[in-house]
Amino acid sequence: MSVKIAVIDFPGSNCDLDTIHVLNDVINIKADLVWHNYFKESKYDGVILPGGFAFGDYLRAGIIAAHSPAIDEARVMLEDGRPVIGICNGFQVLTEAQFLPGALLQNDTLTFICKWVMVKVENNETAFSNKMNIGDILNIPIAHAEGRYYIENLKELEENNQIVFRYSNENGECTKDSNPNGSLANIAGVCNLERNCIGFMPHPERASESILSPKGTSHGKNFFNSMVEFIKKRL
Amino acid sequence: MIYSEFIIEVVLENKPAARDPVGETIRRDLLAKKGYDMVSNVRSGQYLRFYLTAENEKKAEEIIEELLNKLRIFNPVTQNFKILKLQKES
Repeated sequence: MSVKIAVIDFPGSNCDLDTIHVLNDVINIKADLVWHNYFKESKYDGVILPGGFAFGDYLRAGIIAAHSPAIDEARVMLEDGRPVIGICNGFQVLTEAQFLPGALLQNDTLTFICKWVMVKVENNETAFSNKMNIGDILNIPIAHAEGRYYIENLKELEENNQIVFRYSNENGECTKDSNPNGSLANIAGVCNLERNCIGFMPHPERASESILSPKGTSHGKNFFNSMVEFIKKRL
Repeated sequence: MIYSEFIIEVVLENKPAARDPVGETIRRDLLAKKGYDMVSNVRSGQYLRFYLTAENEKKAEEIIEELLNKLRIFNPVTQNFKILKLQKES
Protein backbone atom coordinates (compact mmCIF):
# COMPACT_ATOMS: atom_id res chain seq x y z
CA MET A 1 0.00 0.00 0.00
CA SER A 2 1.45 3.31 -0.99
CA VAL A 3 1.39 6.34 1.25
CA LYS A 4 -0.86 9.24 0.27
CA ILE A 5 -0.87 12.63 1.95
CA ALA A 6 -3.27 15.56 1.57
CA VAL A 7 -2.20 19.20 1.74
CA ILE A 8 -5.19 21.41 2.52
CA ASP A 9 -5.72 24.57 0.52
CA PHE A 10 -7.53 27.37 2.33
CA PRO A 11 -8.20 30.74 0.71
CA GLY A 12 -4.94 32.51 1.55
CA SER A 13 -2.73 29.46 1.99
CA ASN A 14 0.84 29.66 0.77
CA CYS A 15 3.76 27.25 0.53
CA ASP A 16 1.03 24.71 -0.23
CA LEU A 17 2.59 24.01 -3.62
CA ASP A 18 6.08 23.98 -2.11
CA THR A 19 4.89 21.29 0.29
CA ILE A 20 3.36 19.27 -2.55
CA HIS A 21 6.61 19.67 -4.51
CA VAL A 22 8.76 18.36 -1.65
CA LEU A 23 6.46 15.38 -1.08
CA ASN A 24 6.10 14.50 -4.77
CA ASP A 25 9.49 15.36 -6.19
CA VAL A 26 11.98 15.34 -3.33
CA ILE A 27 10.88 12.38 -1.21
CA ASN A 28 8.69 10.70 -3.87
CA ILE A 29 5.44 10.41 -1.97
CA LYS A 30 1.99 10.82 -3.45
CA ALA A 31 0.36 14.03 -2.28
CA ASP A 32 -2.71 15.95 -3.38
CA LEU A 33 -3.55 19.59 -2.93
CA VAL A 34 -7.17 19.57 -1.72
CA TRP A 35 -9.52 22.55 -1.45
CA HIS A 36 -10.65 22.75 2.18
CA ASN A 37 -14.36 22.30 1.44
CA TYR A 38 -13.73 19.09 -0.55
CA PHE A 39 -11.29 17.27 1.72
CA LYS A 40 -12.27 13.68 2.61
CA GLU A 41 -10.10 12.02 5.24
CA SER A 42 -10.88 8.45 4.09
CA LYS A 43 -8.64 8.85 1.03
CA TYR A 44 -5.48 9.81 2.94
CA ASP A 45 -2.91 8.45 5.37
CA GLY A 46 -1.95 11.87 6.69
CA VAL A 47 -2.72 15.55 6.30
CA ILE A 48 -0.70 18.76 6.30
CA LEU A 49 -2.16 22.21 6.93
CA PRO A 50 0.26 24.55 5.14
CA GLY A 51 1.46 28.05 5.85
CA GLY A 52 -0.04 31.31 4.70
CA PHE A 53 -2.84 33.58 5.80
CA ALA A 54 -5.99 31.45 5.70
CA PHE A 55 -9.05 33.70 5.42
CA GLY A 56 -6.76 36.72 5.62
CA ASP A 57 -5.93 35.96 9.28
CA TYR A 58 -9.15 37.89 10.02
CA LEU A 59 -10.21 38.01 13.67
CA ARG A 60 -7.12 35.95 14.65
CA ALA A 61 -4.69 33.88 12.61
CA GLY A 62 -6.21 30.44 12.11
CA ILE A 63 -9.59 30.90 13.79
CA ILE A 64 -11.82 31.03 10.68
CA ALA A 65 -10.02 28.05 9.11
CA ALA A 66 -10.44 26.15 12.40
CA HIS A 67 -14.19 26.11 11.66
CA SER A 68 -13.71 24.71 8.11
CA PRO A 69 -15.20 21.28 7.24
CA ALA A 70 -11.60 20.19 6.55
CA ILE A 71 -10.96 20.40 10.28
CA ASP A 72 -13.88 18.08 11.06
CA GLU A 73 -12.32 15.60 8.63
CA ALA A 74 -8.86 16.11 10.13
CA ARG A 75 -10.34 15.46 13.58
CA VAL A 76 -11.24 11.93 12.48
CA MET A 77 -7.59 11.41 11.49
CA LEU A 78 -6.40 12.93 14.75
CA GLU A 79 -8.53 10.51 16.73
CA ASP A 80 -7.55 7.38 14.84
CA GLY A 81 -3.84 8.19 15.09
CA ARG A 82 -3.01 9.31 11.55
CA PRO A 83 -0.55 12.22 11.35
CA VAL A 84 -2.03 15.73 11.36
CA ILE A 85 0.67 18.34 10.77
CA GLY A 86 0.43 22.12 10.85
CA ILE A 87 3.17 24.29 9.42
CA CYS A 88 3.24 28.00 10.36
CA ASN A 89 -0.35 29.17 9.69
CA GLY A 90 -1.33 25.50 9.93
CA PHE A 91 0.07 25.46 13.49
CA GLN A 92 -2.12 28.49 14.27
CA VAL A 93 -5.14 26.63 12.86
CA LEU A 94 -4.37 23.55 14.99
CA THR A 95 -4.17 25.57 18.21
CA GLU A 96 -7.38 27.43 17.37
CA ALA A 97 -9.08 24.10 16.60
CA GLN A 98 -7.79 22.87 19.99
CA PHE A 99 -5.94 19.92 18.45
CA LEU A 100 -2.87 21.34 20.19
CA PRO A 101 -2.45 23.24 23.46
CA GLY A 102 -1.46 26.90 23.70
CA ALA A 103 -1.77 29.82 21.32
CA LEU A 104 0.35 31.84 18.90
CA LEU A 105 0.46 35.56 19.57
CA GLN A 106 1.90 38.51 17.71
CA ASN A 107 5.73 38.48 17.63
CA ASP A 108 7.22 40.58 20.41
CA THR A 109 9.05 42.57 17.69
CA LEU A 110 5.60 43.62 16.32
CA THR A 111 6.98 42.85 12.86
CA PHE A 112 6.68 40.09 10.30
CA ILE A 113 9.94 38.12 10.52
CA CYS A 114 11.36 36.25 7.53
CA LYS A 115 14.77 34.73 8.17
CA TRP A 116 16.73 31.52 8.64
CA VAL A 117 16.92 30.33 12.24
CA MET A 118 18.04 27.21 14.08
CA VAL A 119 15.86 24.81 16.01
CA LYS A 120 16.83 22.01 18.35
CA VAL A 121 15.04 18.67 18.47
CA GLU A 122 13.57 18.00 21.94
CA ASN A 123 11.35 14.98 21.25
CA ASN A 124 12.07 12.49 18.46
CA GLU A 125 9.12 10.20 19.06
CA THR A 126 6.54 12.15 17.09
CA ALA A 127 5.05 11.92 13.61
CA PHE A 128 7.17 14.88 12.48
CA SER A 129 10.51 14.17 14.21
CA ASN A 130 11.10 10.40 14.41
CA LYS A 131 13.92 10.44 11.83
CA MET A 132 15.89 12.91 13.95
CA ASN A 133 17.99 12.64 17.11
CA ILE A 134 17.33 14.55 20.30
CA GLY A 135 19.67 17.53 20.31
CA ASP A 136 19.96 17.74 16.51
CA ILE A 137 20.23 21.36 15.41
CA LEU A 138 18.35 22.16 12.22
CA ASN A 139 18.75 25.07 9.88
CA ILE A 140 15.33 26.29 8.74
CA PRO A 141 13.51 29.51 7.78
CA ILE A 142 10.64 31.25 9.58
CA ALA A 143 8.16 33.66 8.00
CA HIS A 144 5.45 34.87 10.34
CA ALA A 145 3.95 37.76 12.27
CA GLU A 146 2.13 35.70 14.91
CA GLY A 147 4.56 33.05 16.09
CA ARG A 148 5.01 33.84 19.78
CA TYR A 149 3.98 30.61 21.45
CA TYR A 150 2.13 31.09 24.71
CA ILE A 151 0.61 28.69 27.19
CA GLU A 152 -0.52 29.20 30.76
CA ASN A 153 0.69 25.84 32.06
CA LEU A 154 4.21 25.45 30.68
CA LYS A 155 5.13 22.94 33.37
CA GLU A 156 2.47 20.47 32.26
CA LEU A 157 3.62 20.78 28.63
CA GLU A 158 7.21 20.06 29.69
CA GLU A 159 6.25 17.16 31.96
CA ASN A 160 4.28 15.56 29.14
CA ASN A 161 7.23 16.01 26.78
CA GLN A 162 5.05 17.91 24.32
CA ILE A 163 7.72 20.41 23.31
CA VAL A 164 9.13 18.97 20.08
CA PHE A 165 11.35 21.83 18.85
CA ARG A 166 12.90 24.92 20.43
CA TYR A 167 14.69 27.86 18.81
CA SER A 168 18.39 27.65 19.68
CA ASN A 169 21.79 28.94 18.69
CA GLU A 170 24.30 26.80 16.79
CA ASN A 171 25.52 25.27 20.06
CA GLY A 172 22.01 24.14 20.96
CA GLU A 173 21.60 26.74 23.68
CA CYS A 174 18.07 28.17 23.87
CA THR A 175 19.09 31.74 24.49
CA LYS A 176 17.07 34.94 24.29
CA ASP A 177 19.06 36.00 21.22
CA SER A 178 18.16 32.80 19.38
CA ASN A 179 14.45 33.28 20.10
CA PRO A 180 13.17 35.26 17.09
CA ASN A 181 9.64 36.08 18.23
CA GLY A 182 9.51 35.97 22.02
CA SER A 183 8.02 32.47 22.26
CA LEU A 184 7.69 31.13 25.78
CA ALA A 185 10.67 28.85 26.56
CA ASN A 186 11.87 29.27 22.93
CA ILE A 187 9.12 26.91 21.77
CA ALA A 188 8.99 26.40 17.97
CA GLY A 189 6.85 23.26 17.80
CA VAL A 190 4.59 21.19 20.04
CA CYS A 191 2.70 17.89 19.79
CA ASN A 192 -0.40 16.33 21.30
CA LEU A 193 -0.19 13.60 23.94
CA GLU A 194 -0.57 10.89 21.28
CA ARG A 195 2.36 12.32 19.23
CA ASN A 196 0.46 12.19 15.92
CA CYS A 197 -0.39 15.90 15.77
CA ILE A 198 2.45 18.42 15.51
CA GLY A 199 2.45 22.14 14.97
CA PHE A 200 5.68 23.75 13.81
CA MET A 201 6.24 27.46 13.17
CA PRO A 202 9.22 27.33 10.71
CA HIS A 203 8.88 26.12 7.12
CA PRO A 204 10.54 22.73 6.43
CA GLU A 205 9.21 22.73 2.85
CA ARG A 206 11.43 25.74 2.15
CA ALA A 207 14.47 23.93 3.53
CA SER A 208 14.30 20.51 1.88
CA GLU A 209 16.72 21.11 -1.00
CA SER A 210 20.29 22.27 -0.52
CA ILE A 211 20.04 24.73 -3.42
CA LEU A 212 17.46 26.71 -1.42
CA SER A 213 19.51 26.93 1.76
CA PRO A 214 22.16 29.60 2.39
CA LYS A 215 24.21 26.97 4.24
CA GLY A 216 23.58 24.23 1.68
CA THR A 217 21.54 22.16 4.14
CA SER A 218 18.37 20.18 3.46
CA HIS A 219 17.17 19.52 7.00
CA GLY A 220 13.54 20.09 6.04
CA LYS A 221 13.40 16.67 4.36
CA ASN A 222 13.74 14.98 7.78
CA PHE A 223 10.34 16.30 8.81
CA PHE A 224 8.51 14.82 5.82
CA ASN A 225 10.51 11.59 5.95
CA SER A 226 9.47 11.31 9.62
CA MET A 227 5.84 11.72 8.63
CA VAL A 228 6.14 8.97 6.02
CA GLU A 229 7.97 6.68 8.45
CA PHE A 230 5.22 7.23 11.04
CA ILE A 231 2.57 6.31 8.44
CA LYS A 232 4.46 3.19 7.27
CA LYS A 233 4.74 1.93 10.84
CA ARG A 234 0.99 2.23 11.21
CA LEU A 235 0.07 0.48 7.92
CA MET B 1 -43.16 37.80 19.97
CA ILE B 2 -41.84 41.28 19.24
CA TYR B 3 -38.17 41.47 18.42
CA SER B 4 -36.05 44.57 18.82
CA GLU B 5 -32.76 45.54 17.32
CA PHE B 6 -29.71 45.77 19.52
CA ILE B 7 -26.13 46.93 19.15
CA ILE B 8 -23.58 45.25 21.39
CA GLU B 9 -19.99 46.40 21.66
CA VAL B 10 -17.38 43.90 22.76
CA VAL B 11 -13.66 44.28 23.45
CA LEU B 12 -11.21 41.38 23.41
CA GLU B 13 -8.07 41.86 25.45
CA ASN B 14 -5.02 39.69 26.20
CA LYS B 15 -5.10 38.18 29.69
CA PRO B 16 -2.87 40.00 32.18
CA ALA B 17 -0.30 37.17 32.10
CA ALA B 18 0.02 37.29 28.29
CA ARG B 19 2.35 40.10 27.24
CA ASP B 20 0.91 42.78 25.01
CA PRO B 21 3.78 44.18 22.89
CA VAL B 22 1.48 46.67 21.14
CA GLY B 23 0.51 48.31 24.44
CA GLU B 24 4.08 48.09 25.71
CA THR B 25 5.43 49.82 22.60
CA ILE B 26 2.84 52.62 22.73
CA ARG B 27 3.78 53.31 26.34
CA ARG B 28 7.55 52.89 26.10
CA ASP B 29 8.33 54.28 22.66
CA LEU B 30 5.71 57.00 22.36
CA LEU B 31 4.07 58.14 25.60
CA ALA B 32 7.15 57.96 27.83
CA LYS B 33 9.29 59.73 25.21
CA LYS B 34 6.76 62.54 24.78
CA GLY B 35 6.45 63.39 28.43
CA TYR B 36 3.46 61.23 29.38
CA ASP B 37 5.37 59.20 31.92
CA MET B 38 2.40 59.35 34.29
CA VAL B 39 0.92 56.59 32.10
CA SER B 40 2.21 53.41 33.68
CA ASN B 41 0.58 50.81 31.44
CA VAL B 42 -1.27 50.50 28.12
CA ARG B 43 -3.15 47.40 27.00
CA SER B 44 -4.36 47.03 23.42
CA GLY B 45 -7.38 45.02 22.34
CA GLN B 46 -9.74 44.19 19.55
CA TYR B 47 -13.12 45.90 19.22
CA LEU B 48 -16.20 44.26 17.73
CA ARG B 49 -19.70 45.67 17.28
CA PHE B 50 -22.57 43.24 16.78
CA TYR B 51 -25.95 44.25 15.28
CA LEU B 52 -28.68 41.73 16.09
CA THR B 53 -32.36 41.20 16.78
CA ALA B 54 -33.55 39.62 20.01
CA GLU B 55 -36.59 39.48 22.28
CA ASN B 56 -35.00 41.65 24.92
CA GLU B 57 -31.73 42.97 26.27
CA LYS B 58 -31.02 39.90 28.34
CA LYS B 59 -31.54 37.54 25.37
CA ALA B 60 -29.35 39.74 23.18
CA GLU B 61 -26.55 39.54 25.71
CA GLU B 62 -26.99 35.77 26.03
CA ILE B 63 -26.73 35.28 22.27
CA ILE B 64 -23.52 37.29 22.09
CA GLU B 65 -21.97 35.51 25.07
CA GLU B 66 -22.90 32.17 23.54
CA LEU B 67 -21.38 32.89 20.14
CA LEU B 68 -18.24 34.40 21.68
CA ASN B 69 -17.68 31.19 23.64
CA LYS B 70 -18.98 28.61 21.21
CA LEU B 71 -17.18 29.87 18.11
CA ARG B 72 -14.07 30.97 20.01
CA ILE B 73 -14.46 34.54 18.80
CA PHE B 74 -12.11 35.21 21.71
CA ASN B 75 -9.30 32.78 22.47
CA PRO B 76 -9.77 31.63 26.08
CA VAL B 77 -6.10 30.57 26.21
CA THR B 78 -4.91 34.14 25.92
CA GLN B 79 -7.85 36.56 25.94
CA ASN B 80 -10.74 37.83 28.01
CA PHE B 81 -13.78 39.56 26.59
CA LYS B 82 -15.86 42.32 28.04
CA ILE B 83 -19.22 43.65 26.85
CA LEU B 84 -18.66 47.40 26.79
CA LYS B 85 -22.10 48.59 25.86
CA LEU B 86 -25.48 47.16 25.02
CA GLN B 87 -27.87 49.49 23.31
CA LYS B 88 -31.39 49.10 21.97
CA GLU B 89 -31.88 50.61 18.54
CA SER B 90 -34.78 53.04 18.43
